[in-house]
Amino acid sequence: MSVVSERLEPGAEQRAANALLSVSDLHVSFRQGTELVPAVSGVSFHIDKGETFALVGESGSGKSVTALSVLRLLPHNAQITKGRVMLGSTDLFRLPEYAMGAIRGLRIGIIFQDPMSSLNPVMTVGRQIGEVLRLQRGLQGQAARKRALELLDHVGLPNPERHLGEYPHQLSGGMRQRVMIAIALAGEPDLLIADEPTTALDVTIQAQILELLERLKRENGMALWLITHDLGIVAELADRVAVMRAGRIVEQSGREGFFEHPEHPYSRELFTAMPRLDACLVRPETHHSDPLLVVDDFKVHYPIKRGIFQRTVDYVRAVDGVSFSVAKGETLALVGESGCGKTTLGKGILNLIENSGGRVCFGGADITGLRGEERRKRYAEMQIVFQDPYSSMNPRMIVGDIVEEGLRALHPSMTETERRERVEDLLQNVGLPKDARLRYPHEFSGGQRQRICIARALAVDPKLIVCDEPTSALDVSVQAQILKLLRELRDRRRLSYLFITHDLAVVAELADRVAVMHRGKIVEMGTTRQVLFEPAHPYTRRLLQAVPKLRLEKHREF
Amino acid sequence: MLKLLWTDILFFILLAGFTVAIARARRLEHLRRPWRKVARSRSAMVSLVILLAYLFIAILDSIHFHPRIEGENGQYRGEVISVLDSWMTPIRTRVEKTYSAPFSSYAYAKEMIRQPDGTQRWDYPRLRYGGAHLSDPERETMGDILRIGTEGLAKGASVWAALALLLAVWRSRLDRIGLTESLTLIARGRTEIPWRAALLTLFLILGIGGMLGELGLYYHVLGTDKVGEDVFYQSVKSIRTGLLIGTLTTFATLPLALGFGILAGYFRGWVDDVIQYLYTTLNSIPGVLLIAAAMLIMQVYMARHEDDFASLALRADFRLLFLCLILGMTSWTGLCRLLRAETLKLREMEYVQAARALGVRQGVILVRHILPNVFHLVLISVALDFSSLVLAEAVLSYVNIGVDPTMESWGNMINSARLEMARDPVVWWSLAAAFLFMFTLVLAANLFADAVRDAFDPRRAE
Repeated sequence: MSVVSERLEPGAEQRAANALLSVSDLHVSFRQGTELVPAVSGVSFHIDKGETFALVGESGSGKSVTALSVLRLLPHNAQITKGRVMLGSTDLFRLPEYAMGAIRGLRIGIIFQDPMSSLNPVMTVGRQIGEVLRLQRGLQGQAARKRALELLDHVGLPNPERHLGEYPHQLSGGMRQRVMIAIALAGEPDLLIADEPTTALDVTIQAQILELLERLKRENGMALWLITHDLGIVAELADRVAVMRAGRIVEQSGREGFFEHPEHPYSRELFTAMPRLDACLVRPETHHSDPLLVVDDFKVHYPIKRGIFQRTVDYVRAVDGVSFSVAKGETLALVGESGCGKTTLGKGILNLIENSGGRVCFGGADITGLRGEERRKRYAEMQIVFQDPYSSMNPRMIVGDIVEEGLRALHPSMTETERRERVEDLLQNVGLPKDARLRYPHEFSGGQRQRICIARALAVDPKLIVCDEPTSALDVSVQAQILKLLRELRDRRRLSYLFITHDLAVVAELADRVAVMHRGKIVEMGTTRQVLFEPAHPYTRRLLQAVPKLRLEKHREF
Repeated sequence: MLKLLWTDILFFILLAGFTVAIARARRLEHLRRPWRKVARSRSAMVSLVILLAYLFIAILDSIHFHPRIEGENGQYRGEVISVLDSWMTPIRTRVEKTYSAPFSSYAYAKEMIRQPDGTQRWDYPRLRYGGAHLSDPERETMGDILRIGTEGLAKGASVWAALALLLAVWRSRLDRIGLTESLTLIARGRTEIPWRAALLTLFLILGIGGMLGELGLYYHVLGTDKVGEDVFYQSVKSIRTGLLIGTLTTFATLPLALGFGILAGYFRGWVDDVIQYLYTTLNSIPGVLLIAAAMLIMQVYMARHEDDFASLALRADFRLLFLCLILGMTSWTGLCRLLRAETLKLREMEYVQAARALGVRQGVILVRHILPNVFHLVLISVALDFSSLVLAEAVLSYVNIGVDPTMESWGNMINSARLEMARDPVVWWSLAAAFLFMFTLVLAANLFADAVRDAFDPRRAE
């Protein structure tokens, strides 16, 4: 269906032959019931010694499946139907399983996206590294301990001695990912596969991990196979880039060539869809004066209880005295890293979490003290759209029932036909066909589900929608579509958004004003231009520095 | 004259409830999908056929009435019997003096026999009914059994053929194909639902049933017990007791487990504390003790109100109902705990929070969002508990706090047979019959429950 535009220098044939890893014509299919569904169809590439190769693609494009089939770690319902993988002069698909065990770890190491689920929660870090050292290097006792300390030091953990005796839950996300890298390095592999190594991490941590990978590659001289959906990471790390779509590689070229002139239309699409910081410069500044939501000294504290009598000894100050306002038709972005309290604040304002102090005024009236029916009706004027489009809909209800739920609750007098017309209207408003009403959520893709969630929120005619990272679980191209939809809806219905996100580039695309949150407090607030281009607080500056440079570049048309 | 007992009425209400639930489930995609998966499993369909056969007998045995006295117009007897009883009447009423082995024509104990010439002889006497039509049992028995057995098999097979044809006609109508084509599809096992396996099972059941039924008219196929009652009849009658205990107890368990579990998980706080306290307390009292105490109270109650429990059948029925209730009271805690944990997880789900943001009332959230999402747990644990309850009945009857001693049940059969295990030669048939019937039911229920769990457990899905 697509043309592979491969631009290789002369002599590339020769190079491919003595590459470290070469994959040729790989086909992988998944068994679903009785039929075979292809996941990877005819993928060929090679990775040289010491180079960084990036495989870029959106979810479902088959990039992780490719990596897993190289390691022969595919799930049981997948099968490699065709193809060859050579590691040096070894044909990996012909090795017995026992010999393959030595390849994994010793020649090829892998790190996964989620460092929490890849570490065993009941074993200390030291034992987990020790196990690998014993199996792959035959090290035991003091020798193993010494090597483990070296490794932890190597991946930049501040206090290796202490971390050796700690359990995974005692470490932060970034530290866990470092431990995972240390484990992958224990066998001193020639090739390190990094499958979305930073997706689950905060921006600042992400930048540190990328730096670490770059340094390790340089120092150890190993090759790095980076699998990611984020062009920003690719631009910083990769030597060569391959773009994957629907099981095929559509474009393969060197980094410079790729970023200057992406050839394939799909690669260009990826570029255009990527949110950029300068987006806020091109549109005119907007001023809103009519305050809709006023939050004053808002607090959410969780008690810490100790002892037999569960006495409250202290509080976790998740949200600690936050004040701001959102005007009619305005979008305020709430930016911060995970754990800064931004989601708690959003839910607290909607009273989904009990607040410990402060006031929320909506449309000029204090609604914090309301009780019963009055409260139920007033609070419904604020709605929420969640991050994960998979868990935010009841899997046992059809879409029509999901969307009309709010109508049933707030307008019990509406007739069946009125409700149905309203639901169809809403579905069309968010760009879905009318007959989506009769289907179940699992039949839709992530982006479509997010549209349904937006329709559900719109059903009760809210004045304000709290968007809790609505696009961070979506692919770049889908993210662009959802952002566009949100913008359109805002302008058509004069909606206000409280947009919670960790992604500064998304902020630039949508927000009028930005509030930066750090440890439960707002540290800086101002117009988007001010905050993104003239940051005053050091924390804001740190956040901005961590943004991949590609996103700072000017928007390009191809 | 129809005379439904309390357990009959409850049993039929339960069946009606099931039918309504099935009719409803057929309309909902997310319920139809896992059930289709169950239907595609061969072991599930085989078990289902066996379970339906048991259910069929239990239903027949649950329609009670006062029989008409023959000859006298419009007069009814005081005794209450079921459709099954009247159907099995010759077997039911042919009571020997004491033990006799399966297919035997002689009693199991020697006694003084007065011979035609007036002399007396110490020997095994001929039975009054079993093999009474034979003149020389030693030589004729084998041939006679074969002849009558074949006859029964033929009857069973003809019923089976009719049912199989009915199925083929139904399938051909549904699939819009010819009858012969539909028959070949089924015979080759090419259908989506394993009809061939189901039909084979049905053939086994009907064939064996036909043989036993036919032979039962001439012999005691599974022997007789101490007071000379036919063991085959007892085993068949026990089916209703076992099934009722399995289903009615669930009926008593569910509201408690569902209500308390969901409320505790959803509202947390003091509601959760109270409910947790309740089930921890209940759990720490030995179940047998509680059941024994409750049964004693019930007996005292019945003794005080003798007028209300005029007949033996009524008393036995009341005792059975009470046993179901008390078993239900002691066995809801496990499911309740499970549901509480699941609800704790569900209440934090984003769709529940979205519903709260939309101003949906708490009660509606419980019914619309929580209940449907814990129902797979209910279904799985009900299916798994069923077999353990059938076994619990046997154990409780064994220690004499189970069903009424006059009521046929596998537990009672085992209880009365245990002493005879020491006898030489051993009386094995009561025990073996009870074991066989119970084993088949429990095995089928377990296999079916496994298939249901596989289909409904989201962690095992795809």
